[in-house]
Amino acid sequence: MTVALAHSAYLTRRSVTALVRQPIFLVLTLIQPMVWLLLFGELFKSVVDIPGFAVDGTYLEFLAPGVVAMTALFSAAWAGTVYIDDMQRGVMDRLLASPVSRAAMMNGTLAYQSITSVVQTMIVLGVAWLMGARFAWGGVFVTVVAAVLLTVIFAALSNAVALLVRQQEALIGISQFTALPLTFLSSAVMALALAPAWIADIARFNPLDWAVVVSRETLLGTPDWSAVWPRLGALLVTACLMAWLATRAFGAYQKAA
Amino acid sequence: MTPHSIAPALRAVDLVKSYPGGRGKPPVAALDGLGFEVERGTVFGLLGPNGAGKSTTVKILSTLTRADRGTAVVAGIDVAADPVGVRRRIGLVSQRPSSDPIATGRENLVLAARIQGLSKADAGDRSDWLLDRFGLAEAADRLVRTWSGGMSRKLDVAIGLVHRPEVLFLDEPTTGLDPEARAELWAEIARLAGDDAMTVLLTTHYLDEADRLAHRLAIVDHGRVAVEGTPEALKSELHGDTVVVEVATPADAIAATEALAGVPGVSEVVADGTTLRARADLGARAVPAVFAALDARGIEVVSATVARPSLDDVYLRHVGRSFEPALSQAEVA
Repeated sequence: MTVALAHSAYLTRRSVTALVRQPIFLVLTLIQPMVWLLLFGELFKSVVDIPGFAVDGTYLEFLAPGVVAMTALFSAAWAGTVYIDDMQRGVMDRLLASPVSRAAMMNGTLAYQSITSVVQTMIVLGVAWLMGARFAWGGVFVTVVAAVLLTVIFAALSNAVALLVRQQEALIGISQFTALPLTFLSSAVMALALAPAWIADIARFNPLDWAVVVSRETLLGTPDWSAVWPRLGALLVTACLMAWLATRAFGAYQKAA
Repeated sequence: MTPHSIAPALRAVDLVKSYPGGRGKPPVAALDGLGFEVERGTVFGLLGPNGAGKSTTVKILSTLTRADRGTAVVAGIDVAADPVGVRRRIGLVSQRPSSDPIATGRENLVLAARIQGLSKADAGDRSDWLLDRFGLAEAADRLVRTWSGGMSRKLDVAIGLVHRPEVLFLDEPTTGLDPEARAELWAEIARLAGDDAMTVLLTTHYLDEADRLAHRLAIVDHGRVAVEGTPEALKSELHGDTVVVEVATPADAIAATEALAGVPGVSEVVADGTTLRARADLGARAVPAVFAALDARGIEVVSATVARPSLDDVYLRHVGRSFEPALSQAEVA
């Protein structure tokens, strides 16, 4: 157990060091969120005035948790590309033929993605704050937790897909195909009270929406805990389940090796 | 002697493995009853063209995949029963570069050493020693992506050795290297095999590499061992010299096999395209008689050479075709 933890830590550090050496990759993941926050946020500023939007605060304050969740989702969806790079080099085979457990290999990348997600979340919230949005401190903490759990869910999924399809193009195609629809099937950019009922129904099963609701409720400082706790719990359970399933995908990868 | 020290370091028995053919095609057989044994502390070469089953064998022995049937035992441990136990005792240098390009050489080695359970201090010492040994000390703290192909390949081998494995798998270690880098790596591998009583399984499609490095070798063809032995024994099985004669057309070559059948001291005449190969007890003396016999039939000789038996001749004898064309066919397929 301690060995597995140590292995996870070594692999996490490897990725973090690589990111520190190439910070441009982190900057690239922040371009899209800035477009949403700075352009989309300004363009749709007045939607909060539509009767029934029913949110305290400005559209920027409404949108920021949505952008945090989207950033986590889009960034995590790319997680598997690291595995595919490792497969195309001999790194994956070398690790699989070493005493490193599959769980440690999975946890190493999930921990790295989580660290990235914390940095991204703080930057997105920081920019929103500079533009005048105001958040509750407790909410910032809960938002980071929710973003990390959402990251784990989709990074694990991306890793699993990487192990199954073993092709960069296929993985990116699948990620692109899922990420944006999941965003629009949630309350990330629009109050669900004003959305068609079928979208609101689907959103109840969308982990992205769980994270958005949890963050938004707590960031605005007057949370409805009956909305927060079940969603936070669902995020945690789904994250553990996905990490476990993704670790099992190594079996499929080796069967086809 | 204890039974432990007599046991072979590697034992493969009747390995069978096939891959799905994809979309209604029948499965592709990669291994079809392959088997061999490797004595501790020796270098064993698996020689064969691409697609012969060498890499699949390495993948099974290094726990990366499972055989459909058959038994594989590494350092006394059955790979199917205890893959984790096997992983502690082996080092793998796969065909592709297996270092992290965004890390320095030293970081790559230290990470590999830590993963293998060395303490922080030991990992540092061992990394320094290997960097020095492979002549990489100067580049040690530069990112690997700035290294040359030869240096990066040496690092791959060093990474495979970082935990002093009992068995090292070298899967085509010098493919893609220039002749100078290849010669350097060969010297290093030959030295390594002497130290630490390490067992090395080397796969290669270079005949000269197998000849130079392997104590014993097996020629693999269509997922089976076609022949096995020491390079010297395999070559000395072929008595005498090889006479190679190039003629103008394949038809001439076939006619020439008949013409040469009657020449005294010449045997085992084989036509392969426009190339004729024959064995002769004394090659240089046979050449005038060969020319005379061909001349009598009006067959034009383009060129002729006499050589001591090479592994290529061994290959031709056991697989029924010359090695180099077999290689290019496999690459086209």
